[in-house]
Amino acid sequence: MQITINGERTEVRADTLAALLDELGYGEAKVATALNEDFVPATARAGASLAPGDRVEIVAPRQGG
Amino acid sequence: MELYGTEIASRLMLGTAQYPSPSVLAEAFRRSGAGIATVSVRRESGGQQAGAAFWELARGLGVAILPNTAGCHSVKEAVTTAHMARELFDTPWIKLEVIGHADTLQPDPFGLAEAARILVEDGFQVFPYTTEDVVLADRLLSAGCEVLMPWGAPIGTGLGLTNIYGLRTLRAQFPEVPMVVDAGLGLPSQAAQAMEMGFDAVLLNTAVAKAGDPAAMAEGFARAVEAGRLAFEADPMEPRDMAAPSTPVIGKAFLE
Repeated sequence: MQITINGERTEVRADTLAALLDELGYGEAKVATALNEDFVPATARAGASLAPGDRVEIVAPRQGG
Repeated sequence: MELYGTEIASRLMLGTAQYPSPSVLAEAFRRSGAGIATVSVRRESGGQQAGAAFWELARGLGVAILPNTAGCHSVKEAVTTAHMARELFDTPWIKLEVIGHADTLQPDPFGLAEAARILVEDGFQVFPYTTEDVVLADRLLSAGCEVLMPWGAPIGTGLGLTNIYGLRTLRAQFPEVPMVVDAGLGLPSQAAQAMEMGFDAVLLNTAVAKAGDPAAMAEGFARAVEAGRLAFEADPMEPRDMAAPSTPVIGKAFLE
């Protein structure tokens, strides 16, 4: 199905947020996630189902002021 | 200085963005003696480990980490970003930015107060990036904020304290509240001025990161902050309009 990941339309097989991170190769990477503008804690990713058109944000630590 | 129950040794807080290299950033922090580093969260693209690399660098600075919600323009965006930051950096601290105006990056006072209320209820310890507005300050304190971060001037301008009257009024209205002048400082003298006025700390980034020699500028700010604080604690003299001789008049030789 098609979803939007960090602003880019992407074809994916995963049907949960946890599976999506695996599919994208994040493994144990230090990232945080949001699904359709709502924060999804790491512990809730396996239970967060994905549907076509969903918007996923994957963020990591960065420099800031 | 105590912020949300945490003792912070330095009154200088430093951002981590825009340095020419990670090693210059680290050297600037070393010479600044800063006690707090601000950081952000940004999109990670597949396979990249930029986040992990930066996190290692930030942790290696050995200072407290204050994540921000920089660039957020809505309450929802700021709240979600704060939650993501809390998970990534494992801290309840959040420098809350809800930007209301594109050219000045001025905080949206309505969104800021609302986001602060939500985040305090969610257990965050909120450091709101605000203006010198005393009504907004009152709302933020009522929402549960225990620290205020009024701007000196718009972010990245280096203009210094553009509204002395407003900042002085804010400081006087809430004498017990820790306040950090955040944003707009360009020179150590401006940081000293904020400290002389009784602000508890200053937070800056661009002034150090974009200096020709960031590490030297970081040390310059550190000394200015220390000097300004000493001056404040020393209870400065009152200015006056007419001259008053400092050398005793009595006993001067009569030579006419």
